[in-house]
Amino acid sequence: MTTLAYVVAYVGVVFFVIACVARFVMWSKMPMHMRWELYPVAHEGGGKAAYGGSYLEDTEWWTKKREVSLIGELKVMVPEILFLVALREHNRKLWTRSFPFHFGLYLVGGATALLLLGGVVAGFLPEAISQPAERLIGLLAPALGGAGLILGIVGAIGLLLRRRSRALRDYTAPADLFNLLFFVVAFGVAAATWLLYDRDFSMVGAFVANLVTFNLAAVGDGTAGLMLVLSVVLLALLVAYIPTTHMSHFIGKYFAYHSIRWKDDPNLPGGEQEKVIEELLSRPVSWSAPHIGADGKKSWLDVTLEDQSK
Amino acid sequence: MKQPDSVKDMGRHPGQPLAHINPLEQIPLPPPFDKIDEEPKFAQLSEAAREKYVVLDDTIAVNIEKPKTKEDEDRLVNGFLSGLEKLFSVEDNWTFLQPFEMSMEHCARCQTCSDACPIFQESGENELYRPIYRSEILRRIYFKYVKKASPAIHGDIDLNWETVARLIELSYRCNLCRRCAQTCPIGADNALLSREIRKIASMEMGIVPKELHDDGSVLQLRVGSSTGMTPMIVKDNIEFIDEDTAERTGVPVTTPFDVVGADILLIHNAGEIMAWPENPGAFATVFEAAGLSWTLSSDAVGYDGINYGVWYDDVQFARVAVRHAMAAKKLGVKKIVLGECGHAHKALTVIADKVLTGDLNIPRESSMVTLRDIIRSGKLKLDPSRNDFPVTLHDPCNLVRLMGVVTPQREIIKAVVPEGRFREMAPHGVENYCCGGGSGFAIMSGHNFADWRHRMTGRRKFRQILEAFSDESMDPSHRKYVCAPCSNCKGQIRDILAYYDAFEKAGIYYGGLVELIVNAMVDVQPGFIDWEWH
Repeated sequence: MTTLAYVVAYVGVVFFVIACVARFVMWSKMPMHMRWELYPVAHEGGGKAAYGGSYLEDTEWWTKKREVSLIGELKVMVPEILFLVALREHNRKLWTRSFPFHFGLYLVGGATALLLLGGVVAGFLPEAISQPAERLIGLLAPALGGAGLILGIVGAIGLLLRRRSRALRDYTAPADLFNLLFFVVAFGVAAATWLLYDRDFSMVGAFVANLVTFNLAAVGDGTAGLMLVLSVVLLALLVAYIPTTHMSHFIGKYFAYHSIRWKDDPNLPGGEQEKVIEELLSRPVSWSAPHIGADGKKSWLDVTLEDQSK
Repeated sequence: MKQPDSVKDMGRHPGQPLAHINPLEQIPLPPPFDKIDEEPKFAQLSEAAREKYVVLDDTIAVNIEKPKTKEDEDRLVNGFLSGLEKLFSVEDNWTFLQPFEMSMEHCARCQTCSDACPIFQESGENELYRPIYRSEILRRIYFKYVKKASPAIHGDIDLNWETVARLIELSYRCNLCRRCAQTCPIGADNALLSREIRKIASMEMGIVPKELHDDGSVLQLRVGSSTGMTPMIVKDNIEFIDEDTAERTGVPVTTPFDVVGADILLIHNAGEIMAWPENPGAFATVFEAAGLSWTLSSDAVGYDGINYGVWYDDVQFARVAVRHAMAAKKLGVKKIVLGECGHAHKALTVIADKVLTGDLNIPRESSMVTLRDIIRSGKLKLDPSRNDFPVTLHDPCNLVRLMGVVTPQREIIKAVVPEGRFREMAPHGVENYCCGGGSGFAIMSGHNFADWRHRMTGRRKFRQILEAFSDESMDPSHRKYVCAPCSNCKGQIRDILAYYDAFEKAGIYYGGLVELIVNAMVDVQPGFIDWEWH
C-alpha cells in the first residue's frame, strides 16, 4: 500500500511537471498575433503605467528609446499573484472565496517545498546543519500546511456554493463542480490526517524525505498510515489533474498578460519582427466567403493586395 | 423584462425573440432627464422585419434571412462550424490565434466582467447581454461539436441554425470596448470573442451588416471612401471647407493635397469632411498656423482613415491598412498623422503594426500628440477665455484604453480652456465607458437599431455626460461642451443628444478637440464654435 503511495506521488509530480511544461511550450510557440494590448500596461516607464499611458503619447515615439520597467511589472504581478488584486478590485464577493482558496494552495505548496527541503537537508547534509534546519522546518511546515489546508477547504467550499448562485449556475459545467469537490475531498482527507494523526507533520515529513532519497519504506501504522497513504494518493492525483483542466490558468495567465495585454513592442522598420510578419503574411488563406477571394493557395499578402476597386 | 433562462435557450423557442427590454424598467437618467415615462419612445420592429429576418431581441443588426429550406439551415450550421475550426488554425487565424485560444480556454465564468459592461448594466442585467453569454455558447459549440468533448466538461448546448443565426446577431450587441477584458482576473477577453464570431460570419459565411461591409469597407476599397467620395469629390469638398473655414476665421487657408516629400500625411475620417467640415477646417487652420509641412492624399482610400475591418474581418482590415500605407509611401512622407478618429488610430497604429513591413512601415502618430506638440511649441497665440464654458472630455476606447493615449488631449484642453471649466467624467481615462457607438454601431441604423443603441449602448455615456455637468445649470441658454476627439464617438454622441433633445433642453453641445483650439486662437475671429446644432 505504501509503495503505491510512493509510485502515485512520483507519477503525479512528474506528470504535473511535464503537463505544465507542455502547456508553457504550447502558449510560447503560438505565432505572433496582431497587437491587442490593453492599458494600463504595467511596464510602461516614465510614470505612464500609473494612469494607463503608453509610449504612443511621446513625440515621434519611434525615434525614442523605450522605457520598459521590470519593476513596474513586478509591482503589479507580485500582488496579483499573491493577493489576486484584480479580483479584489472588481469582484469583492468572489475574492472573499477565491483568495483563501488560492492562498491556501500557496501555503500548502510552501509547506511541501519546506518538507522537500527538509528531506534534502536530512539526507545529504551533516547533522550540525540538518538538525537545526529540521527543527525550524518542523515548526513552520505544520503551521503553513495546516493553515493552507483549512484555507483551501474553506475557499473551495465557498467557491462551490458560489457556483450554485443564480448568476453562475447556468455557466457551471459538472466538471467545474467536480474540480472544486476534488479539492475539498483531497484537502479534507489531508486535513483530517493532520488533525487526527500527524499534528507535527512528522509522518508526512518522513514520507517526503523518503521520496527525496528514493527510500520506499512504510511510514505510520494502522489507520494513521492508511490516512497518510490516502492523502498522498489523492493529492498526487489532484496535482496531476490540474494542468489538464482550465485550472492551468496559472500558466495561461502569464501569457495573457505578457503576450497579449502588455505586449506592446512595436514593429520598427528594419527590425526583427518584420521577417516574422512577412513569413506569416505568406501563409495560405482558406476562408470561404467570396469577398476574401481565397483558394487555399493564395497567401494573406496575395488576398490583401488584390485590386478591390472593381 | 424578458430574458433567457439559460444559454441553452439560444437554440430553443423557434422564431421567438429571447429578450425584450421594457424601457420603463430601465434605470432613470439624472436630471433633467429623470422622468423615464417622458423619454422618447422606443420604436418597435416592424412585423415585416420580424417575418423576414432572424429576431434575437428588440432589434436587428445583421439582417440574416430566415432559411427557407433544410439546405439553407444546414449551410448556416456547417458554415459556422467550418469557420470556427479555422479560428483555431495558424494559417487562417495567426492574426488572433493566441488571444482567441486564451479566452476560449481560460475564462472561469466568474462574471467579474458583467459589472464592467455598460450594455449589461443598462439593460437591467438582462442575461442575453451578459458579456459571457455569447462566449459561453461559442465555447460549448466548439468543445461539443468540433472537439467532440463531453458536455460534462464544458457544458451542453443544442446546435441548430437558430443557435448560429442568433449568435451572429448577438455578436452585434457588444461595443468591443474591452472594458470586460480589463477587469478579467485571468486575462480572458470576451469582447474579442464577439469579434471572432463576427469574423466567422464575415470571412467564412459572408454575413455582415450592410453598413460595415457593402456600404463600408467594400465601398471604401472600390471608390476610395465609405462616404462614397471619390478623389475628385473629396478635393472639391476640401476646397469648399477651406473657403468656409477662412470665412469663419478670417484667416485664408488652403489644404495641401498630394505634396510629395511633406513631413506629414494627415488622414481624416472622411465622415468629418461630410458631417463636421469644421473639423478638417480646424486642422488645416492649426497646421498652417504652426507652419507644419503636411498634406492630404487624394489617392483612393488614402483620404479616408476609417477601417471597419477592425470590427469584423481581418482581410478587409489588412486591405485598407495597406492602402493607407501605400498612399503615404507614394508621397514619401516622414509620418502618418491620424485625425480625430479612434478606430482609425488603433487600426493603423496598433493593429496594423503586425501587417506593415518594409517601405510600408511608415511611422504613425496620433493627432493628439501632434496638436499637443504644436501647443507646447508656443506657435499659436491662445486665449482660453474664448472657451469660457463648461467642457467635459469623452475618452474614445480605441485611443485611450486600447492605445494608452491619455494625457496629450488633456494637456491641450488645459491650454485652451479656462481653469475650473474642465471637468472629467467618472470614470475616465482607461476606465472610461464607450460612447455606445463602438464596433460600428455609430453608423448602424437599420430597422430600429438606432433606438436600441440609444437606449442600451449610449445610455451609460449620456448618463456620464449629465453627471459631469451636474453642478451646472441645465438651462439651455447655459452652453456646455462635450469634447469627443473621435468621429464615430462624435456621431454617436450627436445621436444621443439629439434623441434626448439635450441641446434644446439642457444646452449640451458636442464637438471635437481641434475646434476648441481654433476657438481659442487669438489670430482668428472669435466664435469658431458656433453653437448651431448640426
